[in-house]
Amino acid sequence: MLLLQIDAAVLIEKGILITIILLGSLGIAMYATWGERKVAAIMQDRIGPNRAGPFGLFQPLADGLKLFFKEEIIPDRSTQLIFILGPCLAMLTATMTSAIIPWGPDYTTASGHIVKFQVADISIGILFVFGVVSLGVYGVMLGGWASNNKFSLLSSIRAASQAISYELAMGISLIALLMMTGTLSLREIVAQQHGFWNDGYFTWNFFRQPLGFIIFLTCAFAELNRAPFDLPECESELNMGYHQEYSSMKLGFYLFSEYINMFISSVIISTLFFGGYNFPFMDSVAAHVNPMIFTAICIMVLLAKAVGMILFFMFIRWTLPRFRYDQLMKLGWKSLIPLALVNMLITGVVLLWFTKK
Amino acid sequence: MDIYDILFWGLSVMAVGCALGIILSRNPVNSVLFLILTFFAISGHYILMNAQFLAIVNIIVYAGAIMVLFLFVIMLMNLNADVEPQKGQLVQLAGVISGGVLFLVVLAAIKSARPEVIDKTSTDIGLISNLGKVLFTKYVLPFEISSVLFLSAMIGAIVIGKKEHPNEFTKADQ
Repeated sequence: MLLLQIDAAVLIEKGILITIILLGSLGIAMYATWGERKVAAIMQDRIGPNRAGPFGLFQPLADGLKLFFKEEIIPDRSTQLIFILGPCLAMLTATMTSAIIPWGPDYTTASGHIVKFQVADISIGILFVFGVVSLGVYGVMLGGWASNNKFSLLSSIRAASQAISYELAMGISLIALLMMTGTLSLREIVAQQHGFWNDGYFTWNFFRQPLGFIIFLTCAFAELNRAPFDLPECESELNMGYHQEYSSMKLGFYLFSEYINMFISSVIISTLFFGGYNFPFMDSVAAHVNPMIFTAICIMVLLAKAVGMILFFMFIRWTLPRFRYDQLMKLGWKSLIPLALVNMLITGVVLLWFTKK
Repeated sequence: MDIYDILFWGLSVMAVGCALGIILSRNPVNSVLFLILTFFAISGHYILMNAQFLAIVNIIVYAGAIMVLFLFVIMLMNLNADVEPQKGQLVQLAGVISGGVLFLVVLAAIKSARPEVIDKTSTDIGLISNLGKVLFTKYVLPFEISSVLFLSAMIGAIVIGKKEHPNEFTKADQ
């Protein structure tokens, strides 16, 4: 009796892909910490990390080693299991979203086997990302509560209410985009943005949904707890934030998961609004080069867009001051949600107008 | 026993086990965490029934938003086993009776359920486009009525939660 029918080739292929994506996003997140310091230094007319290796390039490794070898302190009166669960959940949810991102176009090998550069093409697509993002708040909340510290608890409650508030506007702004694309699958959304120019207009969704993009981007800042929305880590009011009682690599995981989240959300924003792995004149490039090189170019284009987004996140962080908490809530509920609703309405009217003709 | 059965039994054990964990654990935060796990198990069941959209919405809305609010309240009130109020015997008896009645209703509902309705082969029945079409054609009236119900509940919550201005009331009286 055959209990389970497993296609070993698919399993190996997906396993390799998952490993590469996981290691890649960890590596990029690691160097995002270095990049953030360099960007901050340049913007503040400093030099930044320059001791470990050339241009301070080994600084993230040194930091990681330091965090691993530090003494681990679990507060005496904390709820131990949940205290440990906190950073685990943060890392888990940070790395899970990369599963549905299409990293590149299909590549057909000489033997006719099609390699898909996407771990799972599920029918609910982008909703999966929303599900995981909405769970991401548990890592922060449970960690803050289990620390048994008033400041941590306040900070984690701030983080949770911020995340819930901005998720709404994010979802509504995305509905307008989904009304245009007519599909939830990221793979199809990217395929619709093929090239750069088609039928007398841009194919990229950024040019079709500029308002939706701005709302989505603002909400992404808030979901990532990045400045100017980094209120959960408001050190002037809350000492340090929800990870105040954490030490050693548990603290490291919290900080690291934020950088992974930033990378993944940069990729998702590039995929949704900036054409994913598509680039101008890609058809003529595809006609002239080897398909394997073309696939590599596509993946590099997506990564370049993501790095551009990460740099944008960093520029904003070192440019804008932090919001006050009531300003944050006012912006979320009284500005972004009505704006997203209006955007949805306009999109509906325009779609109806064009499809009627 | 194929993969469907294995998943079904695994998820069922998880759902029932976590549901027991909710009522048996003394710490309210643990109860909430068990409830979240139960939602995950139920979402898994939805996926087995090819209702992917329902599964993910269950996670986004219940596990992602409503349970966070639950946790909020519990964390702010700092409930734990020591301060849990001990209920009187009469209240306990009333609880047992009402729980038993609810159990009877659920049992009756399960008895009349027809499991053969679930079609394992049709993989597109729960897709968002099919669901949307059915919701906006066949069931459009119940759908709209339930949305009005939600709206009225929201307005009610805002009215209750709003700060009262004592001056306004006296003005209205005059």
